[in-house]
Amino acid sequence: MNMRKNILVLLTVFLVLPVSVVFAAGDAPKLEHQHWHFSGPFGTYDRAAQQRGLKIYREVCASCHSLKRIAFRNLEDLGYDESQTKAIAAEYTVEDGPNDEGDMFERPARPSDYFPNPYANDQQAKATNNGAMPPDLSLITKARHHGPDYVYGLLTGYHEAPAGTTLLPGQNWNAAMPGHIIAMAKPLSDGQVVYEDESPQTVEQYAKDIVEFLAWAAEPEMEVRKRTGIKTLIFLVVFAFVMYRVKKRIWSDVH
Amino acid sequence: MANKDRVPFENTTVEWIDSRLPIFTMLQKEYGVFPTPRNFNYFWNFGAIAMFMLVTMIVTGIVLAMHYTADTQHSFDAVERIMRDVNGGWLLRYIHMNGASFFFVAVYIHIFRGMYYGSFKQPRELLWILGVLIFLLMMATAFIGYVLPWGQMSLWGATVITNLFSAIPLVGDSIVTLLWGGFSVDNPTLTRFFALHYLLPFVIFAVVFLHVWALHITGSNNPLGIDTKGPQDTLPFHPYYTMKDSFGLIVFIIVFALFIFFMPNSLGHPDNYIPADPLVTPAHIVPEWYFLPFYAMLRAVTFKVNLVMLGGFGIMFLPFFWNVGLGLLKAFTGMVSVGGKALKPFKSMTTNPLYLVAGFVLVIAGALLHGMIPLLTSVEILSAKLGGVIVMFGSILLWFVLPWLDTHPIRSARFRPVYKTLLLLLVVDFIFLGYVGSQPADATLLGLPMSVFGLIATVLYFGYFLALLPWLSKNEKGRELPPSIHEAVLAENKG
Repeated sequence: MNMRKNILVLLTVFLVLPVSVVFAAGDAPKLEHQHWHFSGPFGTYDRAAQQRGLKIYREVCASCHSLKRIAFRNLEDLGYDESQTKAIAAEYTVEDGPNDEGDMFERPARPSDYFPNPYANDQQAKATNNGAMPPDLSLITKARHHGPDYVYGLLTGYHEAPAGTTLLPGQNWNAAMPGHIIAMAKPLSDGQVVYEDESPQTVEQYAKDIVEFLAWAAEPEMEVRKRTGIKTLIFLVVFAFVMYRVKKRIWSDVH
Repeated sequence: MANKDRVPFENTTVEWIDSRLPIFTMLQKEYGVFPTPRNFNYFWNFGAIAMFMLVTMIVTGIVLAMHYTADTQHSFDAVERIMRDVNGGWLLRYIHMNGASFFFVAVYIHIFRGMYYGSFKQPRELLWILGVLIFLLMMATAFIGYVLPWGQMSLWGATVITNLFSAIPLVGDSIVTLLWGGFSVDNPTLTRFFALHYLLPFVIFAVVFLHVWALHITGSNNPLGIDTKGPQDTLPFHPYYTMKDSFGLIVFIIVFALFIFFMPNSLGHPDNYIPADPLVTPAHIVPEWYFLPFYAMLRAVTFKVNLVMLGGFGIMFLPFFWNVGLGLLKAFTGMVSVGGKALKPFKSMTTNPLYLVAGFVLVIAGALLHGMIPLLTSVEILSAKLGGVIVMFGSILLWFVLPWLDTHPIRSARFRPVYKTLLLLLVVDFIFLGYVGSQPADATLLGLPMSVFGLIATVLYFGYFLALLPWLSKNEKGRELPPSIHEAVLAENKG
């Protein structure tokens, strides 16, 4: 029947449109698609990888990049218990106050505190980085097209500039960066961060682990969201089936 | 009012209320026994689905507003706090965010249904006009809502779209200043947009009420497009259509839920997870997907219009302007009872391909000779920007007069094979415009600039409404209509 054709046309409209928008990025470099533990409708975060990613963030990234939307209490999501998050927080110092005398004072961080910013303000961040502001990493995997693949591609994409490209001082060539020129120097090299488990201490592994951590930082609700989604869908499909039977029953005297 | 013909209810509480305010009688009449054509297909679910989406948006929106702060320093953080710290906040926000898209999905299908089955035709013109008004209000509400998270696309999308109004001659700049509440998109813009974003859904609700009211006066159209002739053609709304709508709605919600839970950000732009920064312009500023075809039409006009070209456009669509103008004038003079007598000698014009050809030749001539003839082609009447704005808004305003562009006596496309083919081609054209709108300004296709394709698709879009529809109204024969709905249903069930 014609109706089927029409429905097909409409379905195409609403499937093609969003896809074309996603690919509207234009001249962005091609990103190699990685398999992530958190992809797919049943995907979850790999706790061990997240903990290794946290270690890399703290030892490498945190010297330039803030993570201002993550509090130490949130680290319980990574599989740490309360005493462990307390211990991690206590390794940081934060400014508090004013106290009863009206003075600001420094104290060890508590689980309710957020990761401190490495810079006093944005101006200082720019001034110490050749005018380029290191972005906050709390949302980085959501704020780029194909975010996880982008971050992985960026961290593993440092190569010699191809012949004909001149780099100014403070510039680096990167395969994943749009325009291929990036201010950040190659941040990771093999063996740089010492892992407590047996995972290989390579740039590729480091990049995978930090992505696992940052994807969680951007979407801490993802596991709950997908679990709720599965339950909701099971309910809806059963409900739709029941409704379909009721509809058939009610309409049986008409047809 | 209707109290005299009221049938008393058995339940004493219901009866107590109904004898004082006959709300149960009204519900019984409008949603219980309301006679509805028995041959609806699933396209007729989308009105109820759109209503459900409106309520969903209002309910989630009110709760989100409880946690939101309209302030350029705090809005982005407030949204992230909702996502991370408010109980169930991520769910509320993802429902609201994807709900806007799915509201548009439902309404686009609903509009297509109206065009395909001729639901806009006599006697449902006003019902259709109210629907177009709802669509315009939805567009305004959705655009304003996209600004509230104060990400990069919020700020820059708002800058691009509000700037369009500056193309209006004389008052344009003042309008833009008024919209902004200053001299750029900034805190005063955000706060007034928030206030309007809270207000407009209730305005939509009021117009939806009128839309449904008008529907209940004329009754629904149906896939055959022929009038109902008696009780054998109809079914009571309840339980037949309450049940069919509920089933269709749940199937729709399944698709909606897939997006909310498994790809909540696939319809949005990643740049909106970067806080707004007036000093950094995004590489490509794109609106949400449901605006893309109109955005493409806006950008399709890349040329200035001189006097000769303007005359050419005027001649191309002379019958359209003449008929619409005369119609409005007659309606107005009739309303204030000045008497339509003075206007009587003026007859409406019939469309003739000659106007199109002659006008088109003049437009091309004007464009080729641009700047060469003093006054005629050297004075810019419309800037490219204003031309784009006129085309973009015109593409929707056209829908208001659709009942007078397509006056073919047969409603349903089922019995108009030519109309059906052309309408489906229009849908393809519209989707293609969406694709063009999604591309960066400097993109090319087959070696040609994208705006060329945008212009061609725009011309086809306007040509469909302004030339093809009036021509088809006069010249398409159409198939023979079935004698009545129930006979057609019986024949189909046998076959």
